[in-house]
Amino acid sequence: MTPTRPQFLWMYETMVKSRAFEERIATAYFEGKSPVFNMANGPIPGEMHLSNGQEPCAVGVCAHLDAADFVTATHRPHHIAIAKGVDLDAMAAEIFGKKTGLSGGRGGHMHLFDARVNFACSGIIAQGMGPAVGAATAFKLRGEKRVAVAFIGEGAANQGAFHESLNLAAVWQAPVVFVIEDNGWGISVSKAQSTAVPHNDSRAAAYGMLGHRVTGNDPAAIFAVAGDAIARARAGGGPSLIEIETSRLAGHFIGDAEGYRPAGEKDALFARDPIPALRGRLLAEGMMSEAEDLAIVKRAESAVEQAIAKARAAPFPAAAEAFDHVFA
Amino acid sequence: MTATATILPNRAKRNLTIAKAMAEALAQEMRRDPSVLVMGEDIAALGGVFGNTRGLLEEFGPARIRDTPISETGFIGAAVGMAAVGMRPVVELMFVDFFGVCMDAIYNMAAKNCYFSGGQSAVPMVLMTSVGGGYGDAGQHSQCLYGTFAHLPGMKVVVPSNAYDAKGLMVSAIRDNNPVIFMFHKALQGMGWLGTVQGSINDVPEDAYTVPFGQAAIARAGRDITIVGLGATVHLALDAAEELIANGIEAEVVDLRSLVPLDRATVNASVKRTGRLLVVDEDYQSYGVSGEIIASVVEAGTVLTSPPRRIAFPDIPIPFSPTLERPALPSAEKIVAAVTDMVRGGR
Repeated sequence: MTPTRPQFLWMYETMVKSRAFEERIATAYFEGKSPVFNMANGPIPGEMHLSNGQEPCAVGVCAHLDAADFVTATHRPHHIAIAKGVDLDAMAAEIFGKKTGLSGGRGGHMHLFDARVNFACSGIIAQGMGPAVGAATAFKLRGEKRVAVAFIGEGAANQGAFHESLNLAAVWQAPVVFVIEDNGWGISVSKAQSTAVPHNDSRAAAYGMLGHRVTGNDPAAIFAVAGDAIARARAGGGPSLIEIETSRLAGHFIGDAEGYRPAGEKDALFARDPIPALRGRLLAEGMMSEAEDLAIVKRAESAVEQAIAKARAAPFPAAAEAFDHVFA
Repeated sequence: MTATATILPNRAKRNLTIAKAMAEALAQEMRRDPSVLVMGEDIAALGGVFGNTRGLLEEFGPARIRDTPISETGFIGAAVGMAAVGMRPVVELMFVDFFGVCMDAIYNMAAKNCYFSGGQSAVPMVLMTSVGGGYGDAGQHSQCLYGTFAHLPGMKVVVPSNAYDAKGLMVSAIRDNNPVIFMFHKALQGMGWLGTVQGSINDVPEDAYTVPFGQAAIARAGRDITIVGLGATVHLALDAAEELIANGIEAEVVDLRSLVPLDRATVNASVKRTGRLLVVDEDYQSYGVSGEIIASVVEAGTVLTSPPRRIAFPDIPIPFSPTLERPALPSAEKIVAAVTDMVRGGR
């Protein structure tokens, strides 16, 4: 399965938008945090996990989904949220803790929910896998052609929830696809140190489902494998597991000194930054002109600027609003 | 008890166990609403280890009555996802003690998704779970853990003491748009092999009805002391109240029925009348339901004629041997002694 030109351009623009969004978030994050770094200070307090480098995973998978499909993401959710169509203005406002945010400032960047496009994420490793199996099972029970996708990191493959959810999905033949973004690091612990098998796609066999590994952090390759898996799930062919080799270009969180990285690793990762790589391919293969590139970048940056500006200008929630929505 | 108000005229009495009342509520709600389904370990062909899903597989089939693998994290997480896309799953955690392997799905997800979504995404699910000891099953199959669940925001928590309430609370739980923890006590369940407190078996109307959350019941009226109980301890309190008549003491027994929301008003009004408060709880004593009830009464400024007391499970793991477990449990004898001391001793 090869992306069409519009699909290629959508993937590219979405990656550019995600990167631009996170660049603005990182800038804002540092406001009020120097000369002394205190996580509680500035317009965006708390932990901040950036996904730059991992954008191909989000676009290669979400290119096959629409708003009715159900996605759970991780504590590093921005690229997936943007690719799934989460409202960018409300997402930015949420990250700034504003009243106009997705949850009115109750969740912050690790707890982005947009029911309109069936997107949720969480701060607990592998937590979204069970819900994805459940949502997929509900779709199957009701005879709907919807699918669920759970994104996790490679570190999550050593959680109990991972193994329980894979088994449950296979037993129930749920239309769900599990997508592992393998950036090689669980905070500071490498995959080799934490994982008993070289790659997690082999674990699919233990649960009687198909497993695939996609190397190269290449959106087109991810698109192809994810397309097959999602089409299979939609057609009633059951669950599958995909592990994608990707890059965490930033630290685990902003402020992470990354002393655990081998010398030269970051340079090598930046040399393989997937956004310039895709831009080069699209230009080289004549799928995008320089002018189209400029227009795409301008459109993406403008959407991001607008979202960030609206978020900054939005009011904070009143203290009493903390008591709303504990119950439905 | 609480059934009297809704017993229809000219209707033959229909005494049910809590297990049968729960199964009836589930069946009726499943007939009414196709989005209701039941999942858990041994809930289909076996009908539930505690009988509360008996007969459902035959009527509704395996798509809606789903036996799960022994994967509490997986299937409780799945219930949250089902609820997010419009189903109303009822899941069983066979013993509440098993919460240790799945609490993340319960309190970090089911209980918080509504809040973290700013109300966009409700979690209409019921988690039904057995509680209680006294039958020698030791400390991983005998706890109540009422306080553990009631402490954490975002979940409603109900504890029926009788079949009438069990049916009405289950119907309310299924129709509620929030996660509801439905904690049923094994000693009241009506399983032959566990023995059954007879007072838990009562008249249950066949038609569906609701028992609203947050409304305690006066299980027995009395003027001298308020005894607050929940689940099995309601029956201990009622037995004690009967004995106390001989001592010239009239005890009022309040059945909490629901911990979240908690009906502090009924408890406070009762204590205001009686001037005395004893809380009887099978859960661990410290940091739990008994302390919360006493604090609520004290905070309301209710004048007490003797210091409030509690009888609860001591702060020890639940031991196996009967000579270790039984003396540690609340009992009617302990209640009679405490009440007599509080009323006669004026303390």
